[in-house]
Amino acid sequence: MIEIVNLTKRYGTFTALDQMNLTIEKGTVFGVVGPNGAGKSTTFSILATLLAPTSGTAYIDGIDVTQNPSKIREYIGYMPDFFGVYDSLKAGEYLDFYGASYGIAPKEREVLIPQLLELVNLSSKKDTYVDSLSRGMKQRLCLARCLIHDPEILILDEPASGLDPRARVEMRDILKELKAMGKTILISSHILPELSEMCDALGVIENGQLVATGSVAAIQQQLKANKVLIVTVQNEFERAIQFFEDQPLAVDVRKTADMELQFGFNGTDEDQIRLLKEALQQSLPILSFTEEKTDLEDIFMEITKGVE
Amino acid sequence: MKALLLNPVLNKEFKLRLRSFKSYLGILIYLIVLGSIGIGFIFLTTMNARMGYFRPEESRVMFMVLSMVQLGLILFMTPGLTAGVISGERERQTLNMLLTTKQSSGSIIVGKLLSSLSFLLLIIVASLPLYSITFLFGGVAPRTILATFGLYMITILTIGSLGVMFSTLIRKTIVSMITTYGVALFLTAFTAFVAVLSIQFISMGGPTQTQNPIPYLMLMGNPAAVLMTVFEPSMQKELMKQSGISIPLWISYLFTCVFLITLSLWISISKLRPNMRVNKRRKA
Repeated sequence: MIEIVNLTKRYGTFTALDQMNLTIEKGTVFGVVGPNGAGKSTTFSILATLLAPTSGTAYIDGIDVTQNPSKIREYIGYMPDFFGVYDSLKAGEYLDFYGASYGIAPKEREVLIPQLLELVNLSSKKDTYVDSLSRGMKQRLCLARCLIHDPEILILDEPASGLDPRARVEMRDILKELKAMGKTILISSHILPELSEMCDALGVIENGQLVATGSVAAIQQQLKANKVLIVTVQNEFERAIQFFEDQPLAVDVRKTADMELQFGFNGTDEDQIRLLKEALQQSLPILSFTEEKTDLEDIFMEITKGVE
Repeated sequence: MKALLLNPVLNKEFKLRLRSFKSYLGILIYLIVLGSIGIGFIFLTTMNARMGYFRPEESRVMFMVLSMVQLGLILFMTPGLTAGVISGERERQTLNMLLTTKQSSGSIIVGKLLSSLSFLLLIIVASLPLYSITFLFGGVAPRTILATFGLYMITILTIGSLGVMFSTLIRKTIVSMITTYGVALFLTAFTAFVAVLSIQFISMGGPTQTQNPIPYLMLMGNPAAVLMTVFEPSMQKELMKQSGISIPLWISYLFTCVFLITLSLWISISKLRPNMRVNKRRKA
């Protein structure tokens, strides 16, 4: 379990993190989203014991990161947003070096390394110099490195940044597998919408503060964002437009296609049912009445709009 | 010893260094420079001597020249090899991953230092056959040879530790390297300059036998001066007499080096990772 308590980080007068509080349960895949400079990497760096907070702290499995950083390192696997590799090492040697750095015995490493390479689909690259691997392969190798000491918690800062769509899909599949293995994963990514199905919960960081947290649905609720409803009628289009324009909860009613109109709706689900009933009572020839799906990208844009 | 051999950073660095063509090129250039000086010295000496042979006294001078050149090369190479060990990892963006492993800061720093110094040791060992020329003609006591190589070792360790410290404290390798070269220059050239200046200043006052510890204190961190006292023990006696300090210069040098090594390594180890508790103390 990860528990962040009043975590604050200041650089002079600039506040990178402002009294952040967050609890992530064991086995959860938690996605962190926010614009550049919002404080995602700062949070991750503190959790990875690479940066001292100005005040507040964080606990990993009850251990204080500020009090016992060396113990924390046993629990976490950290993948930074930007990282380099040792060019003159082969993929297998690269993992072997980190295995040794975690104090894993040579014989154990011999067994572990092929397993990890298989997990990240790099078995055939064991004797290939890291330098000659593609960016996606390097990212996967770095992920394997994070797993070498079998950590309970993975802190992955933008693990799919700069990857082509195929490499992203491969990365997503590996993360799904890790989720199935019961790892607690803290992940930040610009491709979070693509990962929506694997994130149990989300946190949105803006200006060093956690502005929304919870499941995707809960965040939508917290935002009380306009639902966008799309209505198609068989005929009597003008009467339909007039009807929806007269509704106090409907805004910005407009024609989007022939016999199709769209409007923002500020009501709850019950209000939405009531609206449909009323429309049918008015004998409007409604063919379809649907809510436009809002994906994580839209939520992200909605939350962070106006933030540079 | 076993723990040292199992040091992951040391093993990795050995692997990386010996896979690099630059390392072999470095050794080659080093030996060419040192060899050219040795052969050039013999050539010039025999050319000017009417007899056309090389005497033990000349062999001794050649040893001194070679040893001084080697010290110069060591002072030139050590900052280059050590002042980028941590900042280089930072620049290559590999440091953060290394710091999140279980490896202790001490193990990382010692591994980095020893791997760089081992390469210097390899260069020095590779230069030993060149010294065999002087053994051939005689004139140099084995004790002097041992003392010279002992001095190299302690000097490498000192400048290397300073290089690692600057590499830990300074983000940019180039700045760290310049700073380490600056310190090496201070220890050799500046201290010698002040010592000579001080001797001149005192001698201007006439033949009065006033004791002046400044030259001794200045030279107790100067490897070139210590090397000179190894070749010319009379110089050491004169320095001790003038300063009134009865400790041989090499012992003072050894203590200075041990102090600098301990301080540099302590700073490097404590500054490699952030002090996560620092702000709590500040708050208290």
